[in-house]
Amino acid sequence: MTANLLWLVLAAPFLGIVPVVLAGRRSRSAAAWSAATVMAAGLAALTPLLPAAFSGQPTVVRANWLPEWGLDLALRLDGLGLLFALLILGIGLLIVLYAAYYLPKYDRLGLFYAELLAFAGGMLGVVLAENMIMMLVFWEITSLTSFLLIAYKYENTDARIAARMALAVTGGGGLALLAGILLLGNIAGSFELTEVLARGDAIRAHPLYPVMLVMILLGAFTKSGQFPFHFWLPNAMAAPTPVSAYLHSATMVKAGVFLLARLYPALSGTDLWLVLVGTTGAVTFAYGAYVALLKHDFKGLLAYSTISHLGLITLLLGLNTPMSAVAAVFHIINHAIFKASLFMAAGIIDHECGTRDMRRINGMFKYMPWTATLGIVAAGSMAGVPLLNGFLSKEMFFTETVTHPAFQGYASWVLPAFATIAGMLSVAYSARFVHDVFFNGEPIDLPKSPHEPPRWMRLPVEVLVALVLLVGLLPQFAVGPLLKVAAGALLPAGVPEFKLAVWHGFNLPLVMSILAFALGIAHYVNRQHLFTLHERFSPKITSPVAFERVYRDAGRFATWLLGLVDNGSLQRYLALLVTFVLALAVWAWRGVPAQSLSGPLPQTPVDAAVLAAFAAVVFGCVGTLVWHRQRLVAIVFLSVVGLVTSLAFIHLQAPDLALTQLSVEVVTIVLLLLTLRFLPGETPPASSTARKLRDGALALSGGVGVTVLAYAMLTRPFETISGYHLAQSLPGGGGTNVVNVILVDFRGFDTLGEIAVLAMAALGLHALLDGVRLRPHATSATSEADRHPIMLAQLMRLLLPLALAVSVYIFLRGHNLPGGGFIAGLIAAVALMLQYLASGIDFAAARLRIDYVRVLGAGLAIATATGLASWLTGHPFLTSTFGYVHPPMIDKFELASAMAFDLGVFMVVVASVLLALSELGALSRREINATPGPTPAPVQEER
Amino acid sequence: MELVIALALGVLTASGLYLLLRPTTFSVVLGLTLLSYAVNVLIFLGGRLGAKSPPLAVPGADTPADPLPQALVLTAIVIGFGMTAYLVALALKAKGECDTDHVDAGDAR
Repeated sequence: MTANLLWLVLAAPFLGIVPVVLAGRRSRSAAAWSAATVMAAGLAALTPLLPAAFSGQPTVVRANWLPEWGLDLALRLDGLGLLFALLILGIGLLIVLYAAYYLPKYDRLGLFYAELLAFAGGMLGVVLAENMIMMLVFWEITSLTSFLLIAYKYENTDARIAARMALAVTGGGGLALLAGILLLGNIAGSFELTEVLARGDAIRAHPLYPVMLVMILLGAFTKSGQFPFHFWLPNAMAAPTPVSAYLHSATMVKAGVFLLARLYPALSGTDLWLVLVGTTGAVTFAYGAYVALLKHDFKGLLAYSTISHLGLITLLLGLNTPMSAVAAVFHIINHAIFKASLFMAAGIIDHECGTRDMRRINGMFKYMPWTATLGIVAAGSMAGVPLLNGFLSKEMFFTETVTHPAFQGYASWVLPAFATIAGMLSVAYSARFVHDVFFNGEPIDLPKSPHEPPRWMRLPVEVLVALVLLVGLLPQFAVGPLLKVAAGALLPAGVPEFKLAVWHGFNLPLVMSILAFALGIAHYVNRQHLFTLHERFSPKITSPVAFERVYRDAGRFATWLLGLVDNGSLQRYLALLVTFVLALAVWAWRGVPAQSLSGPLPQTPVDAAVLAAFAAVVFGCVGTLVWHRQRLVAIVFLSVVGLVTSLAFIHLQAPDLALTQLSVEVVTIVLLLLTLRFLPGETPPASSTARKLRDGALALSGGVGVTVLAYAMLTRPFETISGYHLAQSLPGGGGTNVVNVILVDFRGFDTLGEIAVLAMAALGLHALLDGVRLRPHATSATSEADRHPIMLAQLMRLLLPLALAVSVYIFLRGHNLPGGGFIAGLIAAVALMLQYLASGIDFAAARLRIDYVRVLGAGLAIATATGLASWLTGHPFLTSTFGYVHPPMIDKFELASAMAFDLGVFMVVVASVLLALSELGALSRREINATPGPTPAPVQEER
Repeated sequence: MELVIALALGVLTASGLYLLLRPTTFSVVLGLTLLSYAVNVLIFLGGRLGAKSPPLAVPGADTPADPLPQALVLTAIVIGFGMTAYLVALALKAKGECDTDHVDAGDAR
């Protein structure tokens, strides 16, 4: 399948990045050769696709990606894509060669080529994409990589600002384009170009067409440097010349006009299109040409001439006639060729002279006649001198202005007059470039003495200038077929017959040309008046300064805006969070009649135990609230609530939960008690009454909300999905304790995640407390005996084996009766913790030499390995199996693979709990003993 | 009984929220613990009241409880401990660094 070579064309630059970087570490030439190979490979892969592309039928290749979202990886090669792919790869190849000579010896050439290749890949993606979403992604890649390329000399402030400017403008345009493309996709009902381009009439008739068009045009105009978004383009000249030659002739800025051309069948033809695209193009065309003459830096002159020519292409596309579309495509080709060669010639002069100021560089024809000849030919093409390619597309443009159907009768002179004036300005700046640089006396005070560049550095310019001449002299032979097929992509209804010839006879367009030349030369000769005027009236603020000002102010504004909500105060965040949740709840409940809060289920009678539990919960909560500033008392009240919760779980037929809650309760309380030593015993009242009232209101609303929610839920019937688990627990999981079977078998993957979270929390604590030094607030117990009462210590040592035996028992029975890894782990942790409490951390640590972090890791490893083991037998991750063994002496018992998993759970739980407690306990050994007694913490103001 | 349980959850939530909004780290820990009780029990009650036996797959069990919410809550309780422990460590770290137990220590602008 030759069509699949299209993937290779697109992938080649990206695949080449890493090899080129590696080659760049070896030598410059290795980097250059490998980059050139990549470009050449792209061209080679394109060659077999040429016959299909020239047949006029688009080639589409496709790979499913997210078909349900209308997102496929799809590429398309038609005439327009082919033209651009040839420009990107062909001129790219010349740029690679040129850059090897242009960039200084000490530069990181590998990195440069890598960025260049990434950029070329992005451009190829834009021009070859069939799916518009995919095109957008590549569009953004070109924005990002051009940012890198422009900032190549990042040690220069200018380059950094220029890169930032380019990214801000083109990236902002990219956002608008995203909106536009999404709209277009919705209007057309597809993101596939084939579909979109075929539905032009429906798209143009859609009420959202104007919005969508403006959005897409914003994207195209920012990219192509159209007025008033042009200002990033001249500043991007801070990039090295090979980058400028590539970005501003054939690629980056052409992406904008490519987009206009690509969507031409779908979007063009309306008056809105004529007005928006035509006017923008015309203004840019004239403005760029006018400013170009005023630039003393010849790269600046070329930059504004690029803006001007892009304006011309945009204007041609905006004229809405078939022939003007053909002229636009033709000028895309011609401009790419002569502008790339001009930039490279300018780079040579810059390289040889060490400056780009045309007031100092004069008379170069004498020093480098061959380069000068090349530059003069290319500049002639830019001005539209006959026998060169630029002349042909300019004549096409002039012809279109004369015959345009929208400007007839009295208005018929408007377009031709405008075209002649703009043509005159183009002639003037081209004349300046030629005359100032190559003639006009002797050079003034150059840092270097100029001479001809190395043979190979000039070769790319020679190739391009040869093309300028070839197209100019034999247009039909050189580009006729390519132009026809490329224009065919814009004009699906058929390309009008056109004749590419040097001589069309003596007609009005030719008169306009002659007029433009005469006036242009006159304009150039009188340039000094213009310079004086410009000096006097031009704004004193340059665009980088203005941009930086806006950039800085935008940053300040964003910081200020952020500060309104994000001021670093947890209290405020929590209050906002609670308020927002309450608002959501109110919104969700709006309009619900009050009587529907109670569901149809019959009420369960209240018994004394429930009432007592309720009383205890209220007692515990109120106590915690009232005494929350006396921490020890608060903990006591809190534990009441925890115990009642455990009892409630027993009452509600959840023995597993009751066991878990009880043991967690114990370790939590111990944990909190351990912190008391380092936190002030009492908090000074820090909240104002208003704050308390606000928080009270929030809390009360939350409480009411939860009450209503819980009541509404409890009185409504529901369809459980647990029937499967209850039925399959024994036959499928080999256990009767359904809760445990769910944990280690049915939902084992969830549990794996959960113990991982637990392990992370414990490790986080471990890391946080590393190196923390705290001052205990109160005097500690007076003697060692007082700290560890002898009776307690002895008793606990006796109890330890017993408690561990219970833990093992709970673990083993867990699959069938309440218990399991979580609960057993907690019980074991409590048993070991008691040793720490009773005998002190030194005593326990000396005997329990366990590295809890390792146990943690081992537990996770065992759990994961159990899951992986099922892969060995070809089953999905964590598939369990079980069987019964009949050891002598005791009853038969069951062995399930889930048990190994549960062992992992057990180890993680034990290790996490003990890691947390022992680390907190160990803090007291690192106390700062310098100043005894508490120093009151400064009371912070509320925010 | 439904109303009593719902009220108890409301009391737990209200107390938890109030403590969560207090300016000292320890109160936040207390508040989160109370809120965890409320949330755990609420999820658990997704299985509704009225079960007459624990969720064991034994023959002849009379309306066993819904095992799924129980499994969910069991791990939630244990992770709740992990969260508390982490929070406490954070509070102590802040105390060590900033010498205050205010939740906004050294952060707020």
